[in-house]
Amino acid sequence: MAELVWLIPAFPLFGFLVLLVFGRRMGEPGAGYFAAGMVFASFAVSVGAFFDLVGRDEAERSEVVTLFSWLPVGSLQVDMAFLADPLSIGMSLFVTGIAGLIHLFAVGYMHGDPKFSKFFLYLNLFVASMAVLVLGENLLVTFLGWEGVGVCSYFLISFWHRRDSAATAGKKAFVTNRVGDWGVMTAMFLAFGAVGSLSYSAINSAAESGSLAQSTATGIALLLFVGAVGKSAQLPLYFWLPDAMEGPTPVSALIHAATMVTAGVFLMVRVNPVLAVSAEYVPTIIAWVGVATALFAATIAVAQNDIKKVLAYSTVSQLGFMFLAIGSGAYVAAIFHMMTHAAFKALLFLGSGSVIHGMHEEQDMRKMGALRIAMPITAGTFIIGWLAIAGVPPFAGFWSKDEILLFALASSPALYVVGLVTALLTAYYMTRQVIMVFLGTARWESHAEEHGAHGEFKPHESSPIMLLPLIVLAGLSAVMGIIQLPSFSWIPKDLQYRLEHWLHPIVAFGEASISDTSAYANKGWFALLAVGIALAGIGLAHLVYSKRSLPVIEPQIMADGWRYDATISDFMGGPGRRSFEGMVALDEKVVDGAVNGSATLVRSLSGQLRRGQTGFVRNYAAVIGIGVVVMLLWFVVGRGVL
Amino acid sequence: MPPFVGPEVAWFALSPLLVLSGGGLLLLVVGALTGRWPRGLYAAVTATVAGTAAVLAAIQWSRIADDGPSTLVAGALSYDAFAQFLTITILISVILVVLLTDEDLHESDADGPEVYGLYLMAATGGIIMAAANDLIVLFLGLEALSLALYVLAASARQRSDSQESGLKYFVLGGFSSAFFLYGIALIYGGTGSTNIGRIVASLQSSVTTGGDNALVLAGIALLLVGLGFKVAAVPFHVWTPDVYQGAPTPVTAFMASVGKAAAFAAIVRVLVVALPFYREDWRPAIWLLAVLSLVVGSALAVVQTNVKRMLAYSSISHAGFLLVAIEAAGHRAGEADPGSGVVALVIYLLAYSVLVIGTFAVVTVVGRNASGDVTLDAFKGLSTRRPALALALTVFLFAQAGVPFTSGFVAKFGVIQAAVEERSYAIAIIAMVAAVIAAFLYLRIMVSVWLSGESSDVDGEPDQTLRIPIGAGLAIAAAAAFTLVVGVMPGWLISTAEAVTTYAR
Amino acid sequence: MLAVNFLILAAVLFSIGVFGVIARRNAVMVLMSVELVLNSVMLNLVAFSQITDSIDGQLFALFVIAIAAAEVGVGLAMVLMVYRNRRSIALDELSEMKG
Repeated sequence: MAELVWLIPAFPLFGFLVLLVFGRRMGEPGAGYFAAGMVFASFAVSVGAFFDLVGRDEAERSEVVTLFSWLPVGSLQVDMAFLADPLSIGMSLFVTGIAGLIHLFAVGYMHGDPKFSKFFLYLNLFVASMAVLVLGENLLVTFLGWEGVGVCSYFLISFWHRRDSAATAGKKAFVTNRVGDWGVMTAMFLAFGAVGSLSYSAINSAAESGSLAQSTATGIALLLFVGAVGKSAQLPLYFWLPDAMEGPTPVSALIHAATMVTAGVFLMVRVNPVLAVSAEYVPTIIAWVGVATALFAATIAVAQNDIKKVLAYSTVSQLGFMFLAIGSGAYVAAIFHMMTHAAFKALLFLGSGSVIHGMHEEQDMRKMGALRIAMPITAGTFIIGWLAIAGVPPFAGFWSKDEILLFALASSPALYVVGLVTALLTAYYMTRQVIMVFLGTARWESHAEEHGAHGEFKPHESSPIMLLPLIVLAGLSAVMGIIQLPSFSWIPKDLQYRLEHWLHPIVAFGEASISDTSAYANKGWFALLAVGIALAGIGLAHLVYSKRSLPVIEPQIMADGWRYDATISDFMGGPGRRSFEGMVALDEKVVDGAVNGSATLVRSLSGQLRRGQTGFVRNYAAVIGIGVVVMLLWFVVGRGVL
Repeated sequence: MPPFVGPEVAWFALSPLLVLSGGGLLLLVVGALTGRWPRGLYAAVTATVAGTAAVLAAIQWSRIADDGPSTLVAGALSYDAFAQFLTITILISVILVVLLTDEDLHESDADGPEVYGLYLMAATGGIIMAAANDLIVLFLGLEALSLALYVLAASARQRSDSQESGLKYFVLGGFSSAFFLYGIALIYGGTGSTNIGRIVASLQSSVTTGGDNALVLAGIALLLVGLGFKVAAVPFHVWTPDVYQGAPTPVTAFMASVGKAAAFAAIVRVLVVALPFYREDWRPAIWLLAVLSLVVGSALAVVQTNVKRMLAYSSISHAGFLLVAIEAAGHRAGEADPGSGVVALVIYLLAYSVLVIGTFAVVTVVGRNASGDVTLDAFKGLSTRRPALALALTVFLFAQAGVPFTSGFVAKFGVIQAAVEERSYAIAIIAMVAAVIAAFLYLRIMVSVWLSGESSDVDGEPDQTLRIPIGAGLAIAAAAAFTLVVGVMPGWLISTAEAVTTYAR
Repeated sequence: MLAVNFLILAAVLFSIGVFGVIARRNAVMVLMSVELVLNSVMLNLVAFSQITDSIDGQLFALFVIAIAAAEVGVGLAMVLMVYRNRRSIALDELSEMKG
């Protein structure tokens, strides 16, 4: 079965082509079900390949499938080849599985959209590209998928192009991603220059055998990291991701939470032997960029009112955790967290999509509340997602976050402390969101008045086709922790570290590498501390929002525009509030300003250059004349002849 | 006084050139003597002539593969794989452009043999440049190409922008040709010959005796001015945007493909073949031209609103890429193992010629529909009006941006790989940055095509007013197919092109 | 040596021609300046032919004369066409396209 891995990208690609030709004719919902069917077919192949690999000896769990020789340029031979190994199959399992569920959800969500079939066309192309990305046998094939997902992401963000902000957001995503692409391209050529090949096996074995110089490895690692920072929305290139939420919600769930944005993490794990031989400071940089992003984004998430913006900043924050894991050497934990995060964040996004759908395109949480009665299933599944991301055992997020924090502590206490603070904030802002959306009292009457012309406004539960994915994902979010349970004495031996054993051929060292540290010795206590932190965050938010929002009868608070800002300031005090607002302002003013500024710089520079293009022949002749003088100076004077 | 002995002429080896120039002259003469031919016949005849010449060139290719390279007509022309590869590149471009021209001329009621005859004469000039083994011959080819192009640029006689374009091109072209000629004169003065074989021999002896030759150095500088003008390298690019914008769109496509291919072939002949001993001198100059072209071309393209002008600046950026290949070739010019710079160059030229014609073909079709308007607005909503056309344009723009699975990627990859192989890391990185900037420009066009203007008629029927003529449709389909096939399966092209580095001189 | 003087004369003529192209507004004057440049190169070729004692240069000069004639033909035709359209041959008026 593993030799059929090429089918994994082939199915959605076929779906894309069919939709391109017949999409409009298939219409709604045919096109949607067809697209979903293609993705589930890929999922089935992934499952088959998975069991094929499981049945083999550990040493043989790697199969290269070469389709054809792609670029035989001089001494460089690049094949269009796929690699089926535990990492790529594990990735494609969760990519295709979650993508299939999101396709199903989108059939309901995009109901009635005039560009229904076009949406699934892009979505299928995205899944094909993502599959190419994770299955690539060499950097170039991965880069092909890398570009493909970027393009699809761009088109899907701008899908509702009638919104101006959507077009701007798409542009922003494109530009930042190009910066990252540049890093990957340069790394690719550097690797080729040093190793003479682009295949992962050649690069990684060169690193393992020590034939890769430390300086070269450092260069490759840092450049790939630049690419990862762009793709995975880390500081300082994170700002496109929150804006990317302009796209339809299934897109946010699939691309901007579960799959594409994790590509950077995947790439770093893929070349982990190169990271291992690069200079000491490289992992340190990665870890600090990760943890700084995690904290920074979490503080912003605290002050958001848009239901999707909270989740967007939370995604940036969780991605930061994954990079913290990579920087601390916890590659398995990074993949583990990537998988659990994919489940619970997709769940949360789809849940928010369901809410937005039920609230008739309303995204402002201040106009929600008490939706648990109107949308019980959405609320129930969302709450499971909330417990998972907040780090409450036994839900999935707890296990993966705990393992990352353990490695962070082993690597540096400072990283651990920042990580803990972020975990506290995560629990806090997610609780705030749950309270504002599902608990408390209904605040959508004012909203109803806006819709007054259309009669009575009432939020409604979504259709079964949208709820089914929510339920499946909620189940995953609840139990996914079992794939990598830590070595506590009360957990059966054969349930411990299953993911680590599975990934062993790719990631040579796991938890054993920190087993002699005091952090490892006391990990039970640290796990308890993490649980305490999560509960503290939840309790704090409960105090702030539930207690404050209970007296709903008081019209004063309603009149003050649901004084939730003031509530925060009551709790945090003036400076705390100002710092949060400052974070938001920093995000909006300085960072956006920097992006727009550099665009302006290019523009004004071009403007200056354009002024030279006067349209007058004589000026053109003069420019050529200057060129002649420069040339003569170089050749005759510069070469020391005269 | 010894009796005059004419040089031995290998007629069959010259057959592609003879067919082309003969066909061009015949077309002009017969066309002038007879009345107006039925619609499409001029184009069909021209395409047949070019096709015949291309087949003959392919036969020459296999003969060269068997017998090895040699020179023709007493050393005036080279008979080698490089010349034949460029001949075929130029002829493919001619056929594609001719398909495009028919409708354009018919529309403006200017159907006639002149434009086609000029295409064939220009192509002849370009092929002579690619095959020249003597600087005199090179100059003759250059002038044949340039004079035809000046007239072609002004061929839409009623339109004032076409006139402006033609005269501007003429004045600046004549100006730069003069520098080129001066450069030839100086090299002649420095080496005592205009024949490339003898120049190499002369320089070889003078280089071994030591000492730089000021005449030759100044000559190289001036030659670079002339050639830099033809390839539109910054700072000799100033004419490009105005001329590209003003000329009739098929002619712009012709300039961007044939003109560029011939000029780069001439650069290879002059720098790599004739002056390898001065490679340490000209390489930094090429480096500078390449970097300037990459940066200025990409940066200025982004702020344009007229698509033809945008593509003009993007062609400047492409010229920068091609110069990177020359720079890479400069590291080992004249050695037994010449590196992959020139191979990357010829692949880039072929790929770029086809896809730039494809791009301009779409621009022609769209521009005709919008009564000559080729600003970004004219492309809005193309995806709903003509999905197939929009798809083809997307393929071409992806290829220009260098997205994988298109010929443009293969071309750009080859160039950067050649540069990396020679350890020219700085220029490789700059080229990649420029590619990143330029991608934004293609994106702007794609946004207009795919995302804008759809709200008006979401599931509207294909727009009947936007008619795709058969010839243009054929050219677009062929170019798109080539772009994708080479993108997916470039192996055969690359291995074929590897033969071009054995020059005859 | 005598031939060197020719080279200097050619260089001077060349510079005058280049100046003319850059400084003149009248299209015909610009054409004449281009011709001047070409002629200066011809002088160069013949002088070098004398110095290096080879016939190539003189041969080349003959070719250049032919080319220069063709160029003038095309150039004047174009100027005429522009004149018919605009009643002016000032090059500076040809600046519709820029930027």
